[in-house]
Amino acid sequence: MSDFPILKQRGQHEVFCGLTAILWLHRKMQDAFFLVVGSRTCAHLLQSAAGVMIFAEPRFGTIILEESDLAGMADMHTELDREIERLLSRRTDIKRLFLVGSCPSEVIKLDLDVAAKRLAKKFNNSIQIANFSGSGIETTFTQGEDACLETVIRDLPADDSQQLIVLGTMPDAVEDQMKSLLSDLGIGPVKVIPTADQRQKFGVGRGTHFACVQPFLGATHDAMIQRGAKHISAPFPFGANGTTDWLWAIADTYGVSRDHFDQVIAAPLARAKKAVAHSKSVLQGKSVFFFPDSQLELPLARFLAQECGMTLTEVGTPYLHSALLRHELDAIGPIASISEGQDVDLQLDRHATVNPDLTVCGLGLANPLEGQGKSTKWSIELVFSPVHFYEQAGDLAALFARPLIRKGLLTKEAAE
Amino acid sequence: MKLAVWTYEGPPHVGAMRTVTGMQKTHLVLHAPQGDTYADLLFTMIERRNHRPPVTFTTFQARDLGSDTANLFKQACLAAYERYKPELLLVGASCTAELIQDDPGGLAEALGLPIPVVALELPSYQRKENFGADETFFQIVKALATECPKTENITCNLIGPTALGFRHRDDIRELTHLLSQMGIAINAIAPMHASPDDIKRLGAAHFNVLMYPETGETACRWMEKNLNLPFTKTIPIGLHGVSDFIQEIQGLVDCNTPDVAADMRSDWYSASVDSNYLTKKRVFIFGDGTHAMAAARLAQDEMGFQVVGLGCYNREQARPLRAMAKTLDVPALISDDYLEIEDHIKELAPELILGTQMERHIAKRLGIPCAVISAPVHVQDFPARYSPQMGIEGANVIFDTWVHPLVMGLEEHLLHMFRDDFEFNDTAGPSHHSGSHQPAPQPEIPADDQIIWLDSAEKELRKIPFFVRGKARRNTEKFASAKGLYEISIDTLYEAKAHYAQ
Repeated sequence: MSDFPILKQRGQHEVFCGLTAILWLHRKMQDAFFLVVGSRTCAHLLQSAAGVMIFAEPRFGTIILEESDLAGMADMHTELDREIERLLSRRTDIKRLFLVGSCPSEVIKLDLDVAAKRLAKKFNNSIQIANFSGSGIETTFTQGEDACLETVIRDLPADDSQQLIVLGTMPDAVEDQMKSLLSDLGIGPVKVIPTADQRQKFGVGRGTHFACVQPFLGATHDAMIQRGAKHISAPFPFGANGTTDWLWAIADTYGVSRDHFDQVIAAPLARAKKAVAHSKSVLQGKSVFFFPDSQLELPLARFLAQECGMTLTEVGTPYLHSALLRHELDAIGPIASISEGQDVDLQLDRHATVNPDLTVCGLGLANPLEGQGKSTKWSIELVFSPVHFYEQAGDLAALFARPLIRKGLLTKEAAE
Repeated sequence: MKLAVWTYEGPPHVGAMRTVTGMQKTHLVLHAPQGDTYADLLFTMIERRNHRPPVTFTTFQARDLGSDTANLFKQACLAAYERYKPELLLVGASCTAELIQDDPGGLAEALGLPIPVVALELPSYQRKENFGADETFFQIVKALATECPKTENITCNLIGPTALGFRHRDDIRELTHLLSQMGIAINAIAPMHASPDDIKRLGAAHFNVLMYPETGETACRWMEKNLNLPFTKTIPIGLHGVSDFIQEIQGLVDCNTPDVAADMRSDWYSASVDSNYLTKKRVFIFGDGTHAMAAARLAQDEMGFQVVGLGCYNREQARPLRAMAKTLDVPALISDDYLEIEDHIKELAPELILGTQMERHIAKRLGIPCAVISAPVHVQDFPARYSPQMGIEGANVIFDTWVHPLVMGLEEHLLHMFRDDFEFNDTAGPSHHSGSHQPAPQPEIPADDQIIWLDSAEKELRKIPFFVRGKARRNTEKFASAKGLYEISIDTLYEAKAHYAQ
C-alpha cells in the first residue's frame, strides 16, 4: 500500500454521533427495537435527525436519565429493568432489543453489557437482547452501524460451511439487485447483515468469505476476521467501475471466468455508464471539496474523479480505516489532499481558500455556505439514498449534479 | 429514568443556543462531546439561517476523559475569542460535560479575557429547553443591564423572542407597528437582535413587553425589581388579547389609542354567514402554555368554537393553564408524554386540533383537521411570507390558518346537498379525470367486537360524507354500547345522531 500524507485534525467536529445510525438500522431490522440509554439530548438528536415524525410509536426510543438516577448505580439497574419490562409488555412485536450506549451512560460507566445479559435471562431468551455504543465520545455517525453489526456478528453461532456474507445496510431494492447479479454469476449462498429477512438463520466461521458494501465497517471487519472469515478486499460498489471491481473481486475468489463475468455484467454496466454520462456533462472539470461526515467520502471522491471527471481538492473523512480503504486510497491519494478528523474552523478557512465548485458537507454547514454563494450537496442524503451498484450509478452522479444545475437555473433567472 | 419516544423540548443547552443565536456579538462555548453539534442544523435547516450559530463545541472524546478535558475547554474558549471577537462570552456544559464536572465558569474566568464572561448552569437532568433559554437570557441581563436614565420619548423593550421561535420574527414586526401607532418607540428587542450594548441599556425603556413568558419571564421579573421596568402580562394574540394589551399599556404609560379598525378582518370574517358552520366546532388545544391559553381564548370568544380539551407540555405554565381550563370547564392536560396526548385526543375525538407539529402527526393518523399554533417548530413554521400570530394581522393570519384545514362553510353545505349524486361520492373521481380515478383507501376504524352493524345501517352510514363518516361510526358505536345494544340498525344510527347533535 502506498503512503500518502494525511492531514490529521483535532478540534470542533461538525458531525453526528453514532446514535444517528439507528434511523436506518431500525428500518432494516423490522423486528428490532433500539433503546438508547441516555439523556434528553439523545432523544432530541434522534427526533431532529429523523426530521419527519410519522410513526405513532417508532421502534426506537430513549430512556432518559434523570437527576435521581445519577445518585447510585444499583438503583439505576432496577430502573432500567422496570422501563424495559414496561416497554416489552406493551410491544409484543419486538423480537430483538438493542440497548444503545450514549455519552452519559458511558461517562457514568453504566454497564449495558451486564444489563443485556441479565435481561435476556429474565425473559428466558425469548427476546434477543444485545448492546452497542452509539455515543459521540466513541463513535461518529455511521460508526453506529459498525458498532451494531459488530455486536450482531459477535452473537452469531459458529458455522464453518462455505458461504458469502455481505455486510452493510442497503435499501431492499438494491440488495435484491446485488443478489441477482451474484446469482447470475453462480455465486452463493449469499447472506446479508443486517437483513430484514428473519427466516435467514446462519452462523459464521472458517468457510465464510465476506465483502463490505459500506466503507465504515472497520470494527465489523475486524470481528469477522476474528471469527475466522476471509475478507474479499475491493473498492466499494459506487459507480460503474466501483461496482465492476467489487463484483469481480468476489467472482475471482469464487473462480468465475472473466468471460462469463463480462457477459453477466455487460448490460447493467452499459446502462450505468449511459446514466452517469447524463450528469458527467455538468460535473466534468468542476472541483469538489468534502467535509468529513459518513466515511463514504473516499469512495465517492474516487467515483467523482474517475467516472465524472471532477477535480478533487480536499477529501475529509471522520475516520480512516486504511485496511478497508486500501484500494480507494491508492486511487485518490495521488490526486487529492486527504484529511482525517476535523477542526471545522480551520477546515472552513482552507475551504474558503480552495473555493471549490461543489462542497459536500453536513446540514449544519450547508446553508451557511449556500449563504456565501457556494453550491453544496448534503452528505446525509448519500447515506439515506439508494446509491450502490450499477442501477443507482446514474442517480448517484445526479445527486452531485443537481446543486450545480439548480444554481445555474437560479442565476440565469436573476440575470434576466 | 423515563422512556421518551418523541419530545416536545430539547435539553437546556439547546435553549441557551436559541437565546445566543438570536443575539449579536455574543458567543457561546459549550463543553460537549461530538454529536451535540447536531443542534446547529436546527438553526441552519429548520429556520434556514445562512450563518452557523455562534456556538463552539469542545468536542471531547473518550480518550480525552480523565486526561485533559479541562484544558480542551480552555483552548476552545481562547480560540473562539480570537476568531469571533465577541463582546460577550457565555460558557456552559451539555449533559455529558455536566457529569465530568470541569467547571466551565471557573476555567473561563481563569483565562482573564477582556470581555464579560457569563457562566451558565444548565441542569440537563432536571430541566429542559425553555428553561435553558429563559435562564440564559436572565443571566445575561443580570450580568450586563444596569439602571440608566429613561429615554425622553416613551419607549419599551420587546422581551422574549429567540432564534427558532414560533413566528417570533413576524411578531416583532407586528408589535413594533402596533406600538408605533400608540406613539411608543422600541428601545431594544432582546434576546433576538440584541448586542451586549443593547442589553446594557435595557433600563432606558419605560416598560417591557413580555412577548413570550417561556423565554423571557425571569429576566422581566428581575428588571421589574432592579431596573424599575414594569412588564406587560397580556399576550396580544387575538383581537381581545390585543385590546387588553393596549389597555394594559395605557395603564402603564401615557400613549395614544391606535386606530386598528382598518386592518381588522378576522372579526367580520368570523361574523359573516359563511362562518356559521364554525359554530361550536369541538376543538382540542395543545402547545406551550402561552400559545395554548391564547388559542383557547381566541377559539372560544372569536371563532365560536367549543374548547373540549386544553393542555401544555411545559410544567412552568401548569398553574395558569389549569386555572383557565377550569373556567372553560374542560380537563387540563399537563404532559410531555406524546403517547398520553395521543390517547387523550382519541378519547375526545375533536373536530379540529390546534397543536404543535407533534399533534399534526397525531391528527394525520386520526384523520382530524389540524392547525399548528406553537413550538416545537418545523421548517413549515418559517414561511417566506409575513405571518405573525400577534397583533391585528396575527388575528387575520390565525383566522385563515385555523379555517383552512376545515372545509369552507358553503362548500360543506354543497357537499351535503350533492352527496348522493352519482358523480359526487367517494368512489367517483374528479370529473375532469373521466373515471380513471381510484379512491384513496380510507382508514376504516375497526368496529367494536361486541357490536354488529346491520347491512341496512352500514349502507346508510356510507351515505354520510367520508370526512365525517369515521366520527359518525365512532359516535354510533359509543351510543350503542352505552345503551347496551349489540346490533346497530338505521334507527340506532339516527338516534345516536340525535343524541350527539348540538
